[in-house]
Amino acid sequence: MKRWISLLLAVCMLFTLAACGPKENGNDDQNNNQNDDNQVETTNAYKFGGIGPLTGDAAIYGNAVKNGATIAVDEINAKGGVQINLDFEDDVADGETSVNAYNTLVDWGMQCLVGTVTTGACIAVSAEVYKDRIFTLTPSASSPDVIDGKDNMFQVCFTDPNQGSGSATYINANMPEAKIAVIYRNDDAYSQGIRDTFKAKADELGLNIVDETTFTNDTATDFSVQLTSAQNAGADLIFLPIYYQPASVILKQAKDMGYAPTFFGVDGMDGILAMPGFDTTLAEGVMLLTPFSADAEDALTQTFVQKYQDAYGEVPNQFAADAYDAVYILYNALNEAGCTPDMAADEICEKLIEVMPSFSYSGLTGQDMTWDETGAVSKMPTAVVIENGVYVTA
Amino acid sequence: MKNMKSSTKINFATYLGVVAAYIVITLLISNGVLGRKAAALLVPACCYVVMAVSLNLTVGILGELSLGHAGFMSVGAFAGIIAAMSLVEAVPFEPLRLGIAMVVGAVCAGIAGIIVGVPVLRLRGDYLAIVTLAFGEIIKDLINCLIVGHDSKGLHIIFNFKGLKTVDDLGLLDGGTVIIKGAQGATGTVTIASFTAGVILILITLFIVLNLVHSRSGRAIMAIRDNRIAAESVGINITKYKLMGFVTSAALAGAAGALYGLNYSSLQATKFNFNTSILVLVFVVLGGLGNIWGSIIAAVVLYVLPEALRSVADLRMLVYAIVLILVMLATNSPKLKGLLAKVIPHKKGDEVNE
Repeated sequence: MKRWISLLLAVCMLFTLAACGPKENGNDDQNNNQNDDNQVETTNAYKFGGIGPLTGDAAIYGNAVKNGATIAVDEINAKGGVQINLDFEDDVADGETSVNAYNTLVDWGMQCLVGTVTTGACIAVSAEVYKDRIFTLTPSASSPDVIDGKDNMFQVCFTDPNQGSGSATYINANMPEAKIAVIYRNDDAYSQGIRDTFKAKADELGLNIVDETTFTNDTATDFSVQLTSAQNAGADLIFLPIYYQPASVILKQAKDMGYAPTFFGVDGMDGILAMPGFDTTLAEGVMLLTPFSADAEDALTQTFVQKYQDAYGEVPNQFAADAYDAVYILYNALNEAGCTPDMAADEICEKLIEVMPSFSYSGLTGQDMTWDETGAVSKMPTAVVIENGVYVTA
Repeated sequence: MKNMKSSTKINFATYLGVVAAYIVITLLISNGVLGRKAAALLVPACCYVVMAVSLNLTVGILGELSLGHAGFMSVGAFAGIIAAMSLVEAVPFEPLRLGIAMVVGAVCAGIAGIIVGVPVLRLRGDYLAIVTLAFGEIIKDLINCLIVGHDSKGLHIIFNFKGLKTVDDLGLLDGGTVIIKGAQGATGTVTIASFTAGVILILITLFIVLNLVHSRSGRAIMAIRDNRIAAESVGINITKYKLMGFVTSAALAGAAGALYGLNYSSLQATKFNFNTSILVLVFVVLGGLGNIWGSIIAAVVLYVLPEALRSVADLRMLVYAIVLILVMLATNSPKLKGLLAKVIPHKKGDEVNE
């Protein structure tokens, strides 16, 4: 009998929990304390959702996107007129959690999605977004799989092929004689994706790749094997399509070995100078392709960097800039398409899809960005080299 | 009802509970009471229930510690995805395709279970824990090397051990699809998993596990757990029965994996890491070792809880941890047990099957 009753009780508990799902969305105002100033409860406000890792391994990226988007939303709301509500949900960079976060936002009544931040999670969410007809602009998920076959998915960042082949083209134009070694992380979609397209383009251009070595998330603490292998192969340029944490270890170990090739990174290398505890002299001479440099002289970048530093006490990276642009791109595109906040998400979606191919935007991460129908952005990456601890256009 | 054994009663209650929960939830969804979020949690919740019940077979009934249950889920997930994606044209009827995928997932995971189990289950001590822990990691790295595509000529599989091959090396014909792209995992999977399929899988799992437990073989398995030497002395073939329990558990995890993999259009092998194995183990331990319906409830509650706690944002994981600790304390507190015993009148013979 005891078991019967506990079983019943437990089933009841299950339902109360399950039933909590939709109800809790009513009090979203109290949900995200940091978002309080964004929650303007008027009918004249769009509901923008955001998804990214606010906790866990990739939290730096998710928080940067959230902060960048928040600054843009605050600016737009301060202007008066059409307002924006932003609700940013955590997904720990995990596909499953990301879909859950997405469904939470759909229950909330999201009209456009700024997200998701990481590639793997974004692919999972993009399938749902396509089914539900919600217009989505991802600031930083760079794989072509994110936008492949989905007419309502657009990117602010470069695609991986764009970065890989862009790097190969740049190296071919400026250092065609280089003996190249590649070190990449083969359990990461981002790193593997850039490496694949870099290799394809390099072979096509006849670049000399003398060595290729890999590492995984579990072995990202020691690179002496990979560096020795590159040194023995006589490489004088090491291409690093990886994030900045492992890159910092590589730079340190190469210096200790007395091995000084040119290091060439992509957008994941961005942020290395802001990394706590990192000796910036190690990064001297590192080259990278990036759409955004916090040291740029133009007024837009300067104001953004100033605001970001005042609010969050750090120099914004490329992810924050991409997110800032993403919110403005959506805002401008919505205005251009003649949308109003009382329209349904699918209605907005169809209108924006019509507008995007003819739409152009100049922001922090590029001048005159345009989009083709697949959703990929067209903008020029700039190569920068680190000199005396700052980015200098190469 | 009165003449039934109490264990049979509990079994029926478990089946009935699952069916009743299914009917109520389906009604709630069709009436729009449950939101999108809650509805979307159902399929993964079903997968975790099957995972917890099957792990309970290894940990609770067989008495061996397995730390690589997510590895079997991974094998099942990717085998299921390959099967389902290759059969998109051959089997257009989705539920049938899903069923085939789950069977393929279960068979592949079962084979992996035999490979792991045959050498290890002959040993005494905690070797199974050590080997399954390694198995989970090895499977993760193996799938990271796997590149699979399908075209009109059939399946193309290459192992990318040196990391030098790409999808272009598959040599797919026009119209072929790439199913698994090495470390980038399976992307572009057609999602065909459904809640109904999940509930059917739970019922099948319960049917297999409960029948096994109450059969002659099940009694042999439990005898090994309780006293190996005594069991051996009455002529029970230790390795055979251990292997039976372990492989069944692995195969069910494989079926759950296939259902899980076909619920998301993107899946990476890193999803099935050590943490996932431990998560399932937590469901089993908090639900009670050897307690099947306890596993079901623990899996559902502990899976839904972090999502239900989204409203407290940053404190989410902290609250989750506190709830875990409270449940642990509460279920072990003699006071609470005494209180329950007072409130609920005891019946003779009720505790026999504890």
